[in-house]
Amino acid sequence: MEFLLIKFVLVVIVFAVSLGIAAYSTYAERKIAAFLQDRVGPDRAGPFGLLQPLADGVKMFMKEEIIPSNADRLLFILGPCIMMMTACMTGVVIPWGHGLEINGTFYPVQITDINIGILYVFGVVSIGVYGIMIGGWASNNKYSLMGAIRASSQMISYELAMGMAVIALIMTTGTLSVREMVEQQHGIHWNVFTQPLGVILFIVCAFAECNRTPFDLPECETELVGGYHTEYSSMKLGFYLFAEYINMFISSAIIASLYFGGYNFPFIDQLGLSPNMLSIVGTLIFFGKIFFFIFFFMWIRWTIPRFRYDQLMHLGWRTMIPLGILNILGTGIYVLYKNGQLHF
Amino acid sequence: MNPSLPFFVLATLSVFSALMVVLSRKPVHSVLYLIFCFFTIGGHYLLLNAQFLFAVHIIVYAGAIMVLFLFTLMFINMNKELEPHKTNLLKGAATVAAGCLLLVMVGVTKGAESLAANSNRTDVGTVANLGKALYGQYLLPFELISILLLAAMVGAVLLGKKSVE
Repeated sequence: MEFLLIKFVLVVIVFAVSLGIAAYSTYAERKIAAFLQDRVGPDRAGPFGLLQPLADGVKMFMKEEIIPSNADRLLFILGPCIMMMTACMTGVVIPWGHGLEINGTFYPVQITDINIGILYVFGVVSIGVYGIMIGGWASNNKYSLMGAIRASSQMISYELAMGMAVIALIMTTGTLSVREMVEQQHGIHWNVFTQPLGVILFIVCAFAECNRTPFDLPECETELVGGYHTEYSSMKLGFYLFAEYINMFISSAIIASLYFGGYNFPFIDQLGLSPNMLSIVGTLIFFGKIFFFIFFFMWIRWTIPRFRYDQLMHLGWRTMIPLGILNILGTGIYVLYKNGQLHF
Repeated sequence: MNPSLPFFVLATLSVFSALMVVLSRKPVHSVLYLIFCFFTIGGHYLLLNAQFLFAVHIIVYAGAIMVLFLFTLMFINMNKELEPHKTNLLKGAATVAAGCLLLVMVGVTKGAESLAANSNRTDVGTVANLGKALYGQYLLPFELISILLLAAMVGAVLLGKKSVE
């Protein structure tokens, strides 16, 4: 009973934090865009415009809801639901902190540590594609369909390269559990140093999976009006846009925990703090890393223009995947060498 | 609670969604029901403690192959006039053929060991155990399958090429 209660509280916290951070990412995006373009950005709602996400949310809810008369009603509604659901599901396997010891019992700050951890993430991400495809098809609009087709082919192409980057990581860590991966990176033994190529591949693919610039072709407004969400209005549109920000938060968390040590930080053993204190500091540092990567996503968005569609496919299939295979090969040799099994 | 209740719920859903795949009017709906069917079958894997199989099943079938199916179907403009009409003879023949397949499947599973006997071993489907079995006991068949897959890929590329002069 106590177990269930703790897990329930954790689920609610992770859910609320994901939504909160995603909401404030929209604010951060506007402020960062403004900063990079030498503007002021939103500053009307509340001090420094801090209430802007709230105002946006209210506006979204108040808009008229239009379902096109020739649309497939059920699927039209299902699309944004799938998108939002899959975006919120991935946070389950991420270890948000080492854990707290209260009255002799250890409570890990993670909802569940399943032995297929990272595969679970991939499973959920691969289901996320359906949100876009179903929505785009059900809209009964050429532009929506084209956007959906683009989005899904882009996502399945880059999922492959992402999987290959992670296979190399699994080879060095020898586990699929995200928690064990993070524990192995104690101190400064971060995976980024053993997998430099893997990090680059993973981050590029994360950009493509989140449909962020320079890979935001699905909603390329110069060619496709609004892409897969052309026909959507009101909060259904809001769900699509919001899911993108949740995905960005979760991808940042996954990048940080797989390659950048998660809640570990250098000189963790020299601080002389109690384990509980260290765990709290670790969680704060983990969120610091996540915020850095969210900033990185936005920084790229306002720096690099989008690719042309053939360039995108070319990069995915002819550069990323061969590099991924090369990385697996190199990692295999490295692992053999490290275990002393390599004989010339 | 009856311990086999989850099984019966899942089984009902699987059969329902499998039927809907055949009975749906729109091909896209059929594909979506098929994806749902894969999820329920994945649920059966979970009940048998095969988490890895579950994850791979979802990633490969629901996440990749069905996306391609959906992809193709979205391009096809299915009108009533263009829909291929099957004669009753063909429908009857298909039913008989499918029935024969069912008979063979039932016959195969009848002689097999009961899975329920092993289900009290909770670690049998974990990644580590499965990996040890695949790379130890079943190394040769496992590697042979990879050659089969490679051959299929090369074949697909060859077919995909327009025409070889």
